[in-house]
This record gives sequence, structure tokens and C-alpha cells, in this order.
Amino acid sequence: MDVLTVDGLSVDFVTSEGRARAVDNVSFSVPENRTVALVGESGSGKTVISQAIMGLLPEKAEITGGRLLFNDMAGGTAVDIAALNRKGEEMRAIRGNRIAIIFQEPMTSLSPLHTIGDQIGEAAELHRGVNAAEARELTRDMLRLVRFPDPARALNSYPFELSGGLRQRAMIAMAMICHPALLIADEPTTALDVTIQAEILKLIKDVQSELSMSVLLITHDFGVVANMADEVVVIYHGRIMEKGAASALFANPQHAYLKALLNAVPRIGMEPGERLVPIRPIEPHAEGFLAGGRSNGVAKGAPLVRLEHVSKTFLTRKSGLFGGGAHELLALDDINLTVRRGECLGLVGESGSGKTTTAKAILRAIDIDGGTIHYDTGAGPMDVAGLSGPALLDYRKRVQLIFQDPFSSLNPRMTVNDILLEPLIIHEVGTPAERAERVRELMRLVGLDPRFLRRYPHSFSGGQRQRIGIARALALNPEFILCDEPTSALDVSVQAQILNLLKDLKSELGLTYLFVSHNLAVVDYIADRVAVMCRGRVVEIGETRSVVEEPLHPYTRALLRSVPEPDLDAPLDFAALDEQRASEPSLWPEPFRLTDGTAPVLVEMKPGHFVCAPGASATRPEPAREAIL
Amino acid sequence: MLYYILRRVVTMIPTLLVISFLTFIIIELPAGDYISNQIAALKAAGESSSVAKLEFLRAEFALDRPFLERYLIWVGLWPGPHGFDGLLQGNWGWSFEYEKPVADVIGPTLPMTIILNMATILFVYVVSFPIGIYSATRQYSWGDYGFTFVGYIGLATPNFLLGLIMLYLANRWFGLSIGGLMDPEYIGRPMSVDKMLSILAHLIVPTIVIGTAGTAAMIRRLRANLLDELHRQYVTTARAKGMREARLLVKYPLRMALNPFIADIGNLIPSLVSGSVIVSVVLNLPTVGPVLLNALQSQDQFLAGFILLFVAILTLIGMLVSDLLLAVLDPRIRLGGRAAS
Repeated sequence: MDVLTVDGLSVDFVTSEGRARAVDNVSFSVPENRTVALVGESGSGKTVISQAIMGLLPEKAEITGGRLLFNDMAGGTAVDIAALNRKGEEMRAIRGNRIAIIFQEPMTSLSPLHTIGDQIGEAAELHRGVNAAEARELTRDMLRLVRFPDPARALNSYPFELSGGLRQRAMIAMAMICHPALLIADEPTTALDVTIQAEILKLIKDVQSELSMSVLLITHDFGVVANMADEVVVIYHGRIMEKGAASALFANPQHAYLKALLNAVPRIGMEPGERLVPIRPIEPHAEGFLAGGRSNGVAKGAPLVRLEHVSKTFLTRKSGLFGGGAHELLALDDINLTVRRGECLGLVGESGSGKTTTAKAILRAIDIDGGTIHYDTGAGPMDVAGLSGPALLDYRKRVQLIFQDPFSSLNPRMTVNDILLEPLIIHEVGTPAERAERVRELMRLVGLDPRFLRRYPHSFSGGQRQRIGIARALALNPEFILCDEPTSALDVSVQAQILNLLKDLKSELGLTYLFVSHNLAVVDYIADRVAVMCRGRVVEIGETRSVVEEPLHPYTRALLRSVPEPDLDAPLDFAALDEQRASEPSLWPEPFRLTDGTAPVLVEMKPGHFVCAPGASATRPEPAREAIL
Repeated sequence: MLYYILRRVVTMIPTLLVISFLTFIIIELPAGDYISNQIAALKAAGESSSVAKLEFLRAEFALDRPFLERYLIWVGLWPGPHGFDGLLQGNWGWSFEYEKPVADVIGPTLPMTIILNMATILFVYVVSFPIGIYSATRQYSWGDYGFTFVGYIGLATPNFLLGLIMLYLANRWFGLSIGGLMDPEYIGRPMSVDKMLSILAHLIVPTIVIGTAGTAAMIRRLRANLLDELHRQYVTTARAKGMREARLLVKYPLRMALNPFIADIGNLIPSLVSGSVIVSVVLNLPTVGPVLLNALQSQDQFLAGFILLFVAILTLIGMLVSDLLLAVLDPRIRLGGRAAS
């Protein structure tokens, strides 16, 4: 029995430039109590389909054909949603009641001015005919079902008081409160950390079996698909490319597009030297001034950047109106790190673990409170904090940053030409003619046509913008590049393209990377060594292979356990997630346990593989700290 | 909460002192004072007999003292010719122009000013909110364009011109007497029902005239704010719950769009007092505005100083009220410190 049957659905967008078909003759069905995954890149039309089912299509979208048959198991006959008035009474009775949705961005999908209890209970008041007090009761039960730590208190808390994971739980509670027959989950975990992602996925599975409902899961992450879906529908440019049972599709993908997508996903434990195959590969061509990169006296493999005992405390003054005072937050606690010339050091951790703060400290975008950062330009290590004037300007040329969000990191009022020229102008590099030539070389280097130079950022796709960002970082011919989650805002196919580009650039230009990411698979693919951070401390550092295959620290293990793999034979161990959250340093077992004030000492457990284990260091004579540095 | 209000009120005291000092500097900026100007005029006319009296007045009001001392005497922190007798002691000063205490000059105009301003603020909010919401929810419709057009006319027309036209029409069609805030026969008479009605009838024209520009500006801002909010994700979430459009609109985006308006209350008050001066002169309204203009022209310094200070106090109170209202309406401000990171 199918809860939802999409039959030949077509949706057009009517704009002043004419009609554009967003969804073209799409047919699939969602069986009772099953999970169907709708997979595709951004712009493939998967969100438009979900909006059509919810009757939430924007004004300028129009269903031009097909039916959306919703067959409510709770009785009644099948309804054709496509034929209903989007704002009409009947549609409102279904929306939020029999079909519910959770969105990607838990930060913005709840109103900041209303309590969680108010916003969740509202759906019950609307559809279940209960009064406010009963709605509160139902809401509390729901919050308990989605495992809120303290449901009674959560009723009166506001979204901004909750973490991203809890907000997403609240969203799920809101969607579940009327016990819908169908839940649409639109990228429910894309904005979350990997450990929280695993928890939310588990939660959706649990709730699904408890309330026996169907789930339409919209995602671009094959790891999520492999762990959640019974059936998969692959969509590309508004058309269905392939559909079928998950087992069949993963074992034997038929369509070239699906094969290509699967090849583009980085997996943990890929063969050394194995390359991802992006759908639209680009070949970087280093020429002119960029060929060979910058000459630096530091030999390959010798320390280029060295952080010693770096610490940073943020003073948050978010004291509300009534009382409260300055609140200290230890962002970096005694960080020791070395980046060797020519390597890529991956920096992994959940949000708030201090990864980006470390990158910013190296960049000298923030001042550190303690410790030193040394950078070797070839003339011996120099203290980054002591740089000023021309020396600082020279340092800025050597060290560049690639940002996470390609949309907000490019000035929308500057052409690509202006964006790429700006660093050259600031650092007074070359004559205008030379600069123009350099900019064209940069464009070719990242696989963009130099004819695009006069365009503005908005006319590029996310991946193209990120390439512009990379080109800007390379404009001054740097030797060290900090990549702050450069692919986390991109689709998998584009991610593979960017990762390959970064890899190629590194070998062609002899670059050194510090690659910040929360995605372990990505770091595994690109990094030579990896450092795992938690709560402002480095907890494990070593060769990527060694850390990924034999993680020693409990936190690293938990992190690795929560990565959903695009492989049906390696499902997430949801049962293990029920254990105590692994990101609480005081709950780690000995010898890893860290309490406030304990120095996070790194101990060499295996050659080149260090683990933060203050308990173990006491038993050993002298931690071989020098070896890391 | 109580502690917060108390703290805010206490911090207002130094602010007020600074404002009063600045006010005093400003009104003393022109050379000389009212009396020395009078003396100069008398001497030029050859009349020396009254000079002695004026000299006496100068000493009486401590105008012969040094600047800082004059300021402190005015505020009431320094003994003047009559001991401590300044603003703090409730003596608002003497108006040379009217030859009356400032309290007597301003006294009758203050309630009128407040009534007029309240009416105007009410008018602005009552008219602009429905129109702003309509314009935002039906963006680019004929109604939206129509209101935009009318709004721009309202912004562009000089207020006094609009006032004169409306007064003329009101007189022709409804027989209202021109100018003033009540029919002439009621001036100086005790309050009665008829007088009230007369005041209400006379309030209509000035309220509309003073409020038009503010209304037009408010409509534009509400429309822009609301348009921003309408496309937020949380509105879609609410819609996905199956809420009715109208209820949804009031509960979510409108609440969010309100913040700037509440924050604006503090700024609204002084601009209504000073912005309506010309209109009040043209329409002959017995409000503080024309008195202030007169006092500044004739260097009637205690009168001008008191009015400026009065407006400043109104602003401070407005700010306090808007801050408190914001805290009540926006939990992010109220509970910011409790947020879990």
C-alpha cells in the first residue's frame, strides 16, 4: 500500500523571462512505513517536489501536469494534492497534520521570539482540536519521545537557548505531534555535526517505527541514504534517472549519472592514490608566474608552522538584561601543532572544537593569549605575533585562506576581475599589464574561462564560486593555505571536483595546507596527517592512515563511528550511540580523562601517532613531546 | 527586572546633567543676553532711566556672574541671589519676553503639546500598520503601488502647505474656526464637555498634517521589514504546520518586524516636537514649538533652555520605555545571558 504516489508530476516556474521546467514528468511512490530517499544535486528539483507535496510551492511555481495521490492510512480515500487549492481549507487540514516536514536549517526554521512549547503545541491545537493545556501535555510527551534531556523545562525555552541538534529535535517533535502518515525530511542533517547527524538519523528511525509512518528523505549524502533508505530515487535536472530498492541500486547502479555520483563520494579507507572521479573534472594548468610555486628555503618535510602551547580565551559578554556577567570560554587550550612543508594537515572536530580558531590564530586574524606561533620563511623560524610593517605584509602574502561559504565570501558588487586583482593591488605586485595577465592565468588555473572575468559572483554556481575563492587565495603565489571547510557547503559531485583541484594544486605549486573540516572522509582523502580537536584541545594527531584505521582516543573513535558510509554493508552502529556522549572530556575513561586545569599532554603511543592522555604521561618518564614539534 | 529599571533610571542622571550643560552652552552661544541687548537698545535710544532697573534685573538673575556659575545657579547646584533656587528646586526660571515665570508661559501649552503628539503618534501607527502589512503581503499589486504613490506625495508635500489647504477646506465644509486648538470662545475658560469636543475637532487637521510624512515613512519601513521577514524559513515552518495565513502573519513575521518600531519610540518624541514647529506656527497651535522658536529668536534664555531640556527628558524616557518594551517582547534581549553556547 502506498501512502504517496507521485504520478507524472511536472512543475514549471513562470518568470518574466519565460517558463522553466523544474520538475519534469516525475513518478515514484512512497510505500507505507518505508523510507524513500530522493537523491540529487542542488538544483535537481528535489526540494520543489517536496514543496509540491506540502502545497508550499512559491507563487511563481505552477503544477502543469500529473497527480500527487495521498492515501491516508488513517481512513478516507486518496486525495490528489496537486488538484487542491494550495491555500485552501482541505490543503491546510493535510499540511502539518497528515504530512509534515522538517527542514535543513534548524537555526532559522524556528521563530526566535516564541517558546519551543508554543511552536510545537500550535500544530496540535490546529489539527487535533485540543486546548492549550492539553497541547502542552502532548508537546511534553513529544519532547520526551525525541529525547529532550528535560522536556518540562524545554517547553519554556527559546530556540536560541538550544544547540543545533536540540533545535532539530524540536523540529522533529513539531512534525510528529499530529502523528503524520508521511514525513518529509529535507536534508535534515546537512547542517549538523557528524555525531549529531548520527543521533538525529537514529531518532528519525526510532520515531518512524514507533509511529509507523513513511518517510520521504531528501538528501545528497549517500552515507545517509545507505543508512536510512529502503528505496532510492535519483533525480537530475528535474528528471528521474534511476529508482529502485536501495540494495539493488548500491550493488548494481545502472545509470551513468548514479555511477558517477557514487564515484564522487569520498569514503573512509580509500586506497592510497585512489582518486575521486568528479562528474565534471577540471585540469589545473600552472603556467607563467605560478609555475613551480614559490621558492622557500625550507626543505620538504621540515616544519613550516609550529604552534607551541597556544591558548586563547574568549570573553563572552552575552549577559542578558538581568544580571549575568562576563563568561570565559576556553577556545584553545595548550595547542601544540606542527605543519610540515609540503604536507596537508587535516584538522577535524565538531563545531566549537576550536578548529577555525586555530586557523585564525595562524593567520593572525586573532591574537592569542599564550604560547607562540612560529613560521619559517627559510630564514629561520620567526614569531608570527611579533611581525609588523613590511614583515607582516610579506607574511600575508605567504599565508592565505580559503573560506567555507563561497556565497558570502565574495563581494557581490565586485566583478571576478576586481576580486582577483585586489590582492595584487594591495601588495603592489607588477604593472597593470602583468596583473591582468596574472588574473587570466589564475582563472585558467582553476579551470574557469578568462572570459568570465567581467561577470559578477551571482552568475556562478557554488562550485565555481569556490574556485574563484581558491584563485583569489592563490593570487599572491602563497606557500601555505588554510582551507576552512572549503567543501562543506557544496554538493558531493562538486566537492570531489574541488578536492581534486586542491590536491593537484598542492603537488603542482608545492603548497602546504591546513585543511579544517568536520568531514572525516574528506580529511581522509586529502590529508597526509590529521589532528583531531575537541573542546579546544588536540586529542589525537598522527598519520591519517594510522589515525583512521586505529583510532586510539575515545573521541576519535566516536567520531569515526558516527560517519555514515555510502555502503550498505557498513551501517551505522546506532546502538553504540546510546552510550554517553563522547565529547565530554571529563567523562573519557582513564588515561584520557581531562578535567579542568589538567594540561592536555600528548603521548606518543605509536611512532608518529600522539594521543592526549594525561593519565598515561604520569607513568612514563618524559613524554616525547619534542618529536611532535 | 526592578533592579534593571532602577539601574537605568540612575544612569539617566549623569546623562541629564551632561545634556543640561550642553543645552546651556548652546543657548548662551550668541553674544550677550536678553537684558544686555535691551540695555544696549535703550542706550542707543538715549533713555538711561530704565537702565538701572535692567541692571538690577541682571543681578537678580545672576547674569553678571561667570559662565559656569550661571549654569550651576540655573540647575540649582550653586547659591544664586536668592540661595539655591534652580531647576532642582522646582524653579524653572523667568521668561524676560513674557515677563512671567517660565512655568506660567509653558504651563498651558504643555498638555496641548502632549495631547497633540499622542494623537499624532496614534495616527501614524493606526494608519501605517494596516497599510504597511497590506503592501508587504500584496507586493507589486495595484493597491501596493497606489499606497506607495500616495505615500510619496505625503512625503514630498510641505507640511505647512498641506495644513493651510486642509484648514481652508475644514473651514469651508465643516465651519471650523481657522487656527488654534479650540474655538476662540473657549480660550482661557475652564475645561468643559463642549471645550473638549472643540479641541477634538480642532485636533484632526494638525494631527493629519503633522503625521502624514511620518506615516508615509513608517509604511515604507514596515513594508520593507515585513518583506524581509516573510521569506524567512520560520514562516515556511509555520505554514507547513497548516496555519491560516492571517494568524500566521500576525504571530510570526509581524512580531519580528515590530522590533525596529519599538526601538524608534525614543526618537519619535523629539522629532515630533521640533518637526512640528513650522506647522504649529502656521496653524497657530498653542504648543511648545512656536514658544521655543520665539524664545530662541529673542534670546529668552531660561525659557529656551527649559524647553530644550524638557524635550531631552522626554527622549530619555522614550528610550527607557522602548528598551523595556523590547525586553518584554524579545526573549533574545531578555534572556541573552541564559543562552547555551
